[in-house]
Amino acid sequence: MLEALRITIPHRLHDVTAQLRAGRVTAICGPNGAGKSTLLSALAGLIVPASGTVTLCGQPLAELSPQDRARRIGYLPQSGEVAWNLSVRTLVGLGRLPHRTSAAENAAIVSEAMASLDLTAFADRPINTLSGGERARAMLARVLATQPDWILADEPLAALDLSHQRSLAGRFRSLAEQRKGVVLVVHDLALAMNHADHVIVLDHGRVAAQGKPEEALSEAVIAQVWKLQSRWLGEPGHRAIAI
Amino acid sequence: MTSAFSNPLPLTKTLLTALALALPLSLLAGQVWISPFSPPVPNATAILMELRLPRAMLALTLGAGLGAAGAAMQGYLRNPLADPGLFGIAPAAALGAVLSFYTGYEAQAFTLPLFALIGGGGAMGLLALIAGRAGGIALFTLAGMMIASLAGALTSLAISLSPNPFALSEIVTWLMGALADRGWQEVRLAAPLTLAGLVLLWRAAPALDALALGESAARSLGVDPTRLLWLMICAIGLIVGSGVAVAGMIGFVGLMVPHMIRPFTDQRPSSTLIPSALAGALLLLIADCLCRLLPLQGGELRLGIALSLAGAPFFLRLLLKMRRELA
Repeated sequence: MLEALRITIPHRLHDVTAQLRAGRVTAICGPNGAGKSTLLSALAGLIVPASGTVTLCGQPLAELSPQDRARRIGYLPQSGEVAWNLSVRTLVGLGRLPHRTSAAENAAIVSEAMASLDLTAFADRPINTLSGGERARAMLARVLATQPDWILADEPLAALDLSHQRSLAGRFRSLAEQRKGVVLVVHDLALAMNHADHVIVLDHGRVAAQGKPEEALSEAVIAQVWKLQSRWLGEPGHRAIAI
Repeated sequence: MTSAFSNPLPLTKTLLTALALALPLSLLAGQVWISPFSPPVPNATAILMELRLPRAMLALTLGAGLGAAGAAMQGYLRNPLADPGLFGIAPAAALGAVLSFYTGYEAQAFTLPLFALIGGGGAMGLLALIAGRAGGIALFTLAGMMIASLAGALTSLAISLSPNPFALSEIVTWLMGALADRGWQEVRLAAPLTLAGLVLLWRAAPALDALALGESAARSLGVDPTRLLWLMICAIGLIVGSGVAVAGMIGFVGLMVPHMIRPFTDQRPSSTLIPSALAGALLLLIADCLCRLLPLQGGELRLGIALSLAGAPFFLRLLLKMRRELA
């Protein structure tokens, strides 16, 4: 379990407690400036809270070595920047940096990560020649190559078209089914409603609601946090939101 | 394929072969040509062992250091226009050396390089103080630029207040950078310091690779930014400080060489490090050789000037290429 216990980060998060379980997809939602990315960074061990602790399987993250933490928690930032025009294979290979395994073993794991996201055909293509969807998959493959227990991704579905959003959301679901913990910052409430098992709603750095998507993203919560009157349409798993 | 990364060995072997060919040729070339097939030249052994060999060794040492330092700096700042000079260590080392001329202490054998090393070390300390533990890369770069600007201003002040025309001429000539008249003493000073710097850069290499993904992704891959910052300050300080201490200001090697090398690698900073060191050594060896050979009235062309003359158009071409890519 990955757990935030009453963490406070001045001006950004206030007394946030959240329990995240492996084997399920957790979505962190909230308006702009609510503290979603900050919470994700704190859960990844990249920001140390001023008070409170983040624990992984009961052990404070601060007690783990950077390498040990990196092997167990994979983090995909929002920017998706890559400074050099690396090939997809080289980019995905960077995911092996926290491990001290042989070149042959690394190559096999990298090939497997690329294959799991249908990237084998692009393996030798420079990253700058990929489309948005291909690039997003390559970035995720880099995280998968680390073989972490937890995958924390900041808006991985933003800037993707509907088809790629569905496809990548399906990948996250299958990772959760492999007993990985998946935590996603998601802006699109319908995506969170349809693809998450657990939702944390943040507002002004505080937890406004958390629980199953139907509860945490109820029309009442949306009215309170987003100040919007809304109505959920359709059946569970295929919900759309009318504003 | 047995690795996720491309194999840098063929490039390294090619550069080593080129160096193996260039080194003996550079020893034979000069105002006095020494050819094994021609009649013996008087004092050939002395010319080779006391003049050309140490000079070639110094070219290899400084070139290797500057090439690798450039590759590491571009990786660290994630910017293909970065250069080891951006940290301000070279101008600070130059200021130290200029002060030794200014005070007249340069007359003793080891004082000039010592003053330069103190200048470079002072810049490293100042950088560490300003950037501190929590300083990010942007703050670090700005601190380097501030130090470079301050050191440049103080150097100009020292020149303008020069005690006599002889000191003025010495300062200006020295600032141009050259390997002429350098001997084993300079090699003994620069080689171990440069080697230590190269070892530190090699230790920083995996972190530089991770940094290609941005600072937060690099940290999530286990990179300790503070450790990386210190490795970079120490490595660049040792390489650039010792280089300036023995040869004056030699620019553009660290900028040009990684660009020439990068297209032949998989573009990770670590895969450009060793080839850039070898190519830097080759470039400086050839450039110094050409400086010796150019028929120029009033002595040989200064190496620092020659590289700036070659480097400025290269830099301009790079800027134009980047502008086209951004358009």
